[in-house]
Parts: sequence; structure tokens; C-alpha cells
Amino acid sequence: MARITAGVGCSHVPAIGVAMDTGITEQPYWKPVFDGFQYSREWMKKNKPDVIFLVYNDHCTAFDASCIPTFALGAAAEFQPADEGWGPRPVPVVKNHQKLASHIAQSLILDEFDMTIMNEMEVDHGLTVPLSVMFGEVAPEDEWPCLVIPLAVNVVQYPAPTGNRCYQLGKAIRKAIESYPEDLDVMIFGTGGMSHQLQYKRAGLINAEWDQQFLDMLTEDPVKLSQMPHVEYLREAGSEGVEMVMWHVMRGALNDEVKEVHRHYHVPASNTAVGHIILENVAA
Amino acid sequence: MPEKDYEDIPGTFVFDADRSREGYHLNQFCISLRLQKNRDAFNADEETYLDKYPMTPEQREAVLKREWNRLLELGGNIYYTSKLAANDGINFQNLAGLMTGMGVDAYREMMLNGGRSPDGNRYKSEWEDKE
Repeated sequence: MARITAGVGCSHVPAIGVAMDTGITEQPYWKPVFDGFQYSREWMKKNKPDVIFLVYNDHCTAFDASCIPTFALGAAAEFQPADEGWGPRPVPVVKNHQKLASHIAQSLILDEFDMTIMNEMEVDHGLTVPLSVMFGEVAPEDEWPCLVIPLAVNVVQYPAPTGNRCYQLGKAIRKAIESYPEDLDVMIFGTGGMSHQLQYKRAGLINAEWDQQFLDMLTEDPVKLSQMPHVEYLREAGSEGVEMVMWHVMRGALNDEVKEVHRHYHVPASNTAVGHIILENVAA
Repeated sequence: MPEKDYEDIPGTFVFDADRSREGYHLNQFCISLRLQKNRDAFNADEETYLDKYPMTPEQREAVLKREWNRLLELGGNIYYTSKLAANDGINFQNLAGLMTGMGVDAYREMMLNGGRSPDGNRYKSEWEDKE
């Protein structure tokens, strides 16, 4: 049977991808950002999954304003890195575990989560930056070390799905994965955040204390954390900080009890606080 | 309609359905610049390219003049307007430097020093003296 082995929370700041793609990760501005992922890359090698279920948001790349699905599950065979306005990232094509993705879509819909199914989709930095920071540089002609099932969540147009809905979806994703007969190790990523505001006169907002508390509660009291109303994210963590609701999908898919094996927090990467956490399931 | 509990955050637009309706054609224009062929066409003749998008005269003027805050005030969303900025060679951080009125260098310095504190920046009432 397939199983969920661990969860990863991770920012997906586009400038982090640019730093890797242009080879400037050793510069003083960027070095502290990447140093915090050294442990994670070793950990990924030791715990390499067969599949990553990756929760992210599309930044008006696959979905412009004409179509805004709240939850869109990638069911295509593969996903090309998109041109987001400055050329596609030089990273490999993302390959899906198509049968597992279809199985999850079916299971979720019968579980009353009405997913949008994507049989064609390009993926942007929201999906590829987390893969890059966790695996390191991978040349476009090579392959990512594992298959990836993308789940795109709308966080661009208000309202994003609630934290509670995301947390419950995580539980349903776990149920779907655990009912798949193939013997597979699946890791789940929740990406985005942490505190940041990209727009208008309050741009540059960072709330390190709030972010650290979010990370603490993710392990200790995820149910309470999932009840946080949107306005608190918007006010305390910046208008774009609301994308942290996606971390609840990851947390919902794990055991109630988890062990935090790694945490990394750094300000700034461009406009954003970089947050990263690795959570392993504790045997029930 | 219930009151919007997110309208009292200073210096911030929450991109809800009302803003999305107002900014639809503006945002669709901006996102078209994601693709190189469209960037080429726009850069060759901005006015003609803009004719394809039925935006308001105010929105069109804000595009031509690159009035970054005005674009947001007229229903633009940052993930869209950033594509116009990218076309002009302005990245997210430098765009924020322009929108905050701080300038690129002072903004970058603020971020290196931990960013803008939430203290004094949570409620519009806290900004009344500033604006």
C-alpha cells in the first residue's frame, strides 16, 4: 500500500529560483537562505520518496483571471516549467504518477472535495522552487529524483479556501493515498509564505514572531491553527501571507503527532520571510 | 452584503471579487505579457496592443504612464501588474520600492534589516497621521 512518510513546509519565493538558476547562491545575501537547506538535501537523499504530493499556488500562470479553481489537481503525464514573464526556469520537466493522481482525484471527489482536474498544465515557480531547494540544482536535461503530483490552490483572488478546509483536505488526501494498492512512499509538501506583502504602500511587511508561532503551532496544535480566520493572515502576515493556508493541507495529511526534525527561518529573500520545516510522522 | 473585515488594513488592497471585476481587462492585459510574442507586440506599439483590451481610460493611462499604485487602485492585482513591471525589467523587490514611495535602495535596506514591522501597520487608524 502507498503511505505518507513525512511532510515538508517550504517558501517558494521566485527570487530563490533565480538565485539558483544564475549561480549566485554563495553570495552573502543568499548564502544564509541556502545554508538552511543543507540538512534538508541530505535528509531528502536518505528519505527519498517515490512521489511528492506538492501543494502550491499558481501565480496567474496556468490560470489567468478567466478561470479560478479553488483546488486543481494535476492529472497530466507531465508538466512543463512555464514562462512567467522572464523565460522558463532551466529545470527538468515535472513528471507525474498519473495513476495515483487519478486515484486521488476520484477518492477526493467521492469524499465530497470537488476537485478541478488538470490534464494540461504548465507549472510555475510555486511548484519548481520547492523542488529546487530540497533537491539542489538539477539540469533541465536530467530528471527530478521522484514523481510529483501537483495540487494548485487559489490564493490570488480572495477568499482562499479556509485553513480548516485545507486541513480536512489533507486528511482526505491521506485516506486516498493509503487506499492505493502500489507500495509507494509519498511525501507531502505545503508551500508558500511566510509573512510577506508584495503590494501597495505596506509592501515589505514581515512578522517574524508570528511566523515562528505558526511553525510552533503547526506541530503542537494544528487543529487550533487551522481555525485562524483569513483576516488575521492578511493583517499580521501581509496580504500575500495568506498563502500559508496551504501548509494546513500538508499538516492534515500527517499523523496527529509529528516530530519536527528541521526548521529554517530567514529574512529576507526579496520581499519575503523564508520559512521551512520538516515533519516526520510519529508512530501512532 | 456583510461588511468586509479586511478593509481596515492600511496600505493594502485585498483582491476580492469586487476588485477582480473592476480590474478584469487590465489584469488580462498584464498577464498576456507573460509570453514573449505578446511582449514583443506590446513593446513594438503599446497603444495598438492596448486596443485589444477594453479597459477604462483611467486604467489605460495608468498602464502607459506606469503608475504602479494607480494600477492597484483601479482593480489591478500585484501578480498581474508585476508582469508589466517584468516587461520593463523591474523585479518584485524594486517594484515594491516604487510602490512604497521609499525608493529601491531604502526599501532593500529595510528588508535587509528585517522588513516592515507589523507594529503601527495593522489598522488604518494607525496611519491616519501619516496619510
